[in-house]
Amino acid sequence: MAEDRFSGTSSYIATDDLMMAVNAAVTLERPILVKGEPGTGKTQLAIEVASALGRPLHEWHIKSTTKAQQGLYEYDAVARLRDSQLGDDRVHDIGNYIVRGKVWEAFESEQQPVLLIDEIDKADIEFPNDLLQELDRMEFFVYETKQLVKARHRPIIVITSNNEKELPDAFLRRCFFHYIKFPDKDTMARIVDVHFPKLKKDLLREALEAFYKVRDVRGLKKKPSTSELLDWIKLLLAEDIPPEALRGSDSRKAIPPLHGALLKNEQDVHLFEQLVFLDRRTNPQ
Amino acid sequence: MLIPFFYMLREGGMKTSITELLTLLEAMKKGLAGQSVDDFYFLARASLVKDEADLDRFDRIFGAYFKGVQDSLADLTQELPEDWLRHQAELMLSEEERAKIEAMGGFEELMKALQERLDEQDERHEGGNRWIGTAGTSPFGAYGYNPEGVRMGQEGSRNRSAVKVWDKREYRNLDDSVELGTRNIKIALRKLRKFAREGAADQLDLDDTIDKTARNAGLLDIRMVPERHNAVKVLLCLDIGGSMDDHVRVCEEMFSAARTEFKHLEYFYFHNFVYENLWKDNRRRRSEKTPTLDITHKYASDYKLIFVGDATMSPYEIVYAGGSVEHWNEEPGAVWIKRLLNTYPKAVWLNPEPQQRWDYTPSTKLVRELMDDRMYPLTIAGLDEAIKTLH
Repeated sequence: MAEDRFSGTSSYIATDDLMMAVNAAVTLERPILVKGEPGTGKTQLAIEVASALGRPLHEWHIKSTTKAQQGLYEYDAVARLRDSQLGDDRVHDIGNYIVRGKVWEAFESEQQPVLLIDEIDKADIEFPNDLLQELDRMEFFVYETKQLVKARHRPIIVITSNNEKELPDAFLRRCFFHYIKFPDKDTMARIVDVHFPKLKKDLLREALEAFYKVRDVRGLKKKPSTSELLDWIKLLLAEDIPPEALRGSDSRKAIPPLHGALLKNEQDVHLFEQLVFLDRRTNPQ
Repeated sequence: MLIPFFYMLREGGMKTSITELLTLLEAMKKGLAGQSVDDFYFLARASLVKDEADLDRFDRIFGAYFKGVQDSLADLTQELPEDWLRHQAELMLSEEERAKIEAMGGFEELMKALQERLDEQDERHEGGNRWIGTAGTSPFGAYGYNPEGVRMGQEGSRNRSAVKVWDKREYRNLDDSVELGTRNIKIALRKLRKFAREGAADQLDLDDTIDKTARNAGLLDIRMVPERHNAVKVLLCLDIGGSMDDHVRVCEEMFSAARTEFKHLEYFYFHNFVYENLWKDNRRRRSEKTPTLDITHKYASDYKLIFVGDATMSPYEIVYAGGSVEHWNEEPGAVWIKRLLNTYPKAVWLNPEPQQRWDYTPSTKLVRELMDDRMYPLTIAGLDEAIKTLH
């Protein structure tokens, strides 16, 4: 196990504390719960861990209607009823109508897999409690076939949450926890660098400057995040905007160009415009 | 070595359990912590902290414990124990430096000035020459070069980057997340659920299918029904501003829990008491008002009405026309609340003030009478009671 160390990938910059949390989860074979602002790469983490360690990835995306049982298996009673009507031979074996869920798939994997349980907070408030036993013992019982499904290799489980609901203590006790904080300027420059290796230094500097300035505006409903910065830089490159255009302080239009990629609601845009207006009045050119 | 640390975390108010301590020990046994303090800190944090709101607390306790300062569990920037400061200062000052302090007005003066600045300052500070922080010339802080300075924290670790990691206290502003404690409220609110089938038929109705199949001479006839949804309708009226400022947090929790729990939730704000207008956006309360009569006409009487307010005001605001503190009301608030209660027979008033204080406020007694005693404290137990009444 010792050689299975995660240290970021060519397209994902992991900070030291994140690496430690992931490695602890991998070594002790416990789930890791990742929280953080939207757009800081929580879901991406599982994908990158799988690719860095060369493991198959199973993704289970949670919706408000998802039940814990669906991750394990579902019994398709309707199909069986239909087959019995049509006189199909398959009907005699109930196992034919057990549909495997993502967790089962991960448990059956030949190699130790990575299982992503994405946005666990979207589901019903009891959802995490229903998965306690499965995540702890890595096994579950199929009542229809009287079969015990046990993980061949305990999967590396990455769970993400956006904090829409608080998770139960019993569930949290079983996980490692990491809060992805918003990257500082140096880390951000490295992140942008792995995504846009050929980006000009001055454009990067100006873009980051403008970006952090927007983020620092008090009272924004939704602060722009890493993924929005990357989208914005992509747009800037596509439109071929020169670095000078980003320098808010001396340009007449102090709102960054293509700000639609950064500010996602009209109240924020409005607030930002007002602040820029005030700023220009107090510091006339 | 970690057991005292574990107890310190618990004393510091974290809900760390034995399971988590054992996990940490297991990880250390596997050599994950390595040789560096940084690694150990990251590992301890990932295994012992389960909520970002606790990260700051953990950083402080970790810093305090591993610097051997055992008695600084209180908030370091807000309530520095004076004894500790004095102790620290005396430990670190040489005879010569102490003489200089005497020159500056003595230790008492210095401590007084420090207390004043602590009161003014509310964030970490680096550089500069006034605020308490690091690397400055203020008399207070660390790494400074003012001889009469009081050094605070992090002695002897200037060249180890590790200490800085938790000393940054980057997680400070997460400490007051609104989502705290809403789980309990949600669990309580669940009892108010009333399920009804609405929308697209996407679930198999087993009983009906069997029944129809039997009638169909054994040929399968599948019947579907819509999924059950929480169909309870709630009209929430929140008191805002003034004396409610003390209760903002518990109200936010209540509101945040209610919002996710009920599909049909309408909310309005009022100030102190309900009159002819309520509003939805507190910032635009002057311009965008909703007449109370419109509300009673728009939302049918199957809505359950919940008031949240401290009911603490002058009794005139309830019983007299023109009693409102904000505007001239033609009719007294008591008339308006009667109208609302006539439309919505299922109603309760949740009061964030502690129940034992209710009897001392005449207006609270008055509101209780108007509500036919349906006033409950805004606690989990009170919420349970209130929901029983709403059923």
